Amino acid sequence: MAENTHCLSFERPIYELEARIQKLEILSAQKPEARNEVRQLRRELTDLKKRIYSQLNPWETVEVARHPERPMTTDYLELVFDEFVELHGDKTFGDDRAIRTGWAKLDTYKVMVIGHQKGRTLKERNSCFFGCAHPEGYRKAMAKMKMAAKFHMPVICLIDTPGAYPGIGAEERGQAQVIASSMFEMSRLPTPIICVVISEGGSGGALGIGVGDRVAMLEHAYYSVISPEGCAGILWKSHTYKEQAAKALKMTSKDLLRLAVVDDVIREPLGGAHRDHHLMANRLKIFFRNSLRELIEQPIDQLLEARYQKFRNMGVFLEGGVQPLESANGEASVQSSHRIPADAALS
Amino acid sequence: MTHNLPDANSWKNVMNRPKRGVPEGLWMRCPGCEATIFRKEAEKRLGVCPECDYHWYVSARKRIQQLFDEGTFEEWDADLEPTDPLEFVDKAPYSQKLKDEQKRTGLKDAALSGTGMIRARRVAFSVTDSAFIMGSMGSVVGEKLTRCIERATQQHLPLIIVSGSGGGARMHEGMLSLMQMAKVSAALARFDTAGGLFISVLTNPTMGGVAASFASLGDVIFAEPKALIGFAGPRTIKATIRIELPKGFQTSEFLLEHGFVDRIVHRCDLQSEIACTIDYCGK
Ligand SMILES: [Zn+2]
Repeated sequence: MAENTHCLSFERPIYELEARIQKLEILSAQKPEARNEVRQLRRELTDLKKRIYSQLNPWETVEVARHPERPMTTDYLELVFDEFVELHGDKTFGDDRAIRTGWAKLDTYKVMVIGHQKGRTLKERNSCFFGCAHPEGYRKAMAKMKMAAKFHMPVICLIDTPGAYPGIGAEERGQAQVIASSMFEMSRLPTPIICVVISEGGSGGALGIGVGDRVAMLEHAYYSVISPEGCAGILWKSHTYKEQAAKALKMTSKDLLRLAVVDDVIREPLGGAHRDHHLMANRLKIFFRNSLRELIEQPIDQLLEARYQKFRNMGVFLEGGVQPLESANGEASVQSSHRIPADAALS
Repeated sequence: MTHNLPDANSWKNVMNRPKRGVPEGLWMRCPGCEATIFRKEAEKRLGVCPECDYHWYVSARKRIQQLFDEGTFEEWDADLEPTDPLEFVDKAPYSQKLKDEQKRTGLKDAALSGTGMIRARRVAFSVTDSAFIMGSMGSVVGEKLTRCIERATQQHLPLIIVSGSGGGARMHEGMLSLMQMAKVSAALARFDTAGGLFISVLTNPTMGGVAASFASLGDVIFAEPKALIGFAGPRTIKATIRIELPKGFQTSEFLLEHGFVDRIVHRCDLQSEIACTIDYCGK
């Protein structure tokens, strides 16, 4: 289990109980009768984690998603893939460290991995702007994705960004244009694309590498049109309303599965991904393996048509006063998760 | 920079601009040069200041009037209406906000689309109106635009989208709004693959998720003079980097200088420039 130094306020009871168990364990070396109590407390600990983590409110989810010890792209590159060969640079301006791209192996699959990198140490965080990519990052991602298609490699995108970088250089180099072009090209890229929001899915900066055949989220990740702080600042005129904003925006995996914005939710280890990197990586690997197997078998035309229709059907509106069938709603979308695609069943 | 007056297009000015176009009354003050302008004079010039060429906001309906040959415009999907899928409540419920905005603007949502003739050339057309919840894109805007693009693809029509949006993706519809960016961009990719011509016209302001999707995907991109155009809002950038933003930052002229706009087009020339582009592309 990962050594945790950063404790979120609602995790406090978990840490307190863990400390108690640790003390008792030392004691039980001399006092065997304490062992029963340790066993009892361990069961309580599991229940406590379950209870706390099944009832996270949206703001607490944001806190988990931003946990400094949560696994990030470089951790998954290490733990999920057998090899990673980084490819740098957008061949136009530079090599944005906020987006890592390169070849990787997963079982027998050769894939192109694109992932936001937030950085762990302060030095690394500064060098990759805390995961906020500049236009050269999106250009690099696009170039590598096109190359992947050329050499018949599926693309895997790991999304983890508070948002695309808001700065003078970013605007000068066309932040809006690159994000638009990314979605435009990804929507018709002739190779399978699998996207997973691993922690933070911050608006356009996330969607810039988020158009795929499968779009999934880790259980405690969030994906939002705007940060809760930003939304609170605009609509409530104060950042102190971030908790209300987080709730109103429906940004959790549960909400987004219901709204059919994501296809799948990948369960996290008890107490969050930050408590067990290996288990989380393993579940992610299984998801990739299954998705790759399904998608690779589909003819490209069929794949692109399904990708188009998936995004085409998003949105809820009234037409002539009623909600048309194709307009996504709660009932329709629940089935879309964990389904066996009809195509796969036929082949 | 052609930017002779300090805050002609500052964010504050964008927020304070008259929501319903050229203000009522016989005379009015131009926010660009502060001159007192005879109202009829400005209207004759399609809402452009005769002194300094400041481009006033024009509503979606007015834009259609200005661009299309008289009586040729036929609206599409007029019966699409927004709803409140998230049951979003900030200081007031979104459902109430929608009703208020509909009453205030006479629009059902922030976009209109349809087909008609521009100087005798048939086009598919959409326009977003920055007066309706900042011209932000929710499900209705995304759906209207997508249908418009799909019809342009089927009917082999040149596509014109005039964007005005200070809001980008509409927060009140959460991720469903963000996904409209992908949806519209995907429709444009198909239109592009089919060989269609897309002329994107950027007006004041074109920001956020609108700038970062269809507005930036034109084969040809026009911008009205001195419009505010960009991804992140100036206030967000200022709060992040904590230095003063350069003069003329995120204006049409700034985008032209950095290579993201093909031409800056005066509103009075928009019709003829569109016609010219269609002819060059043989559409
Ligand atoms: Zn003036």
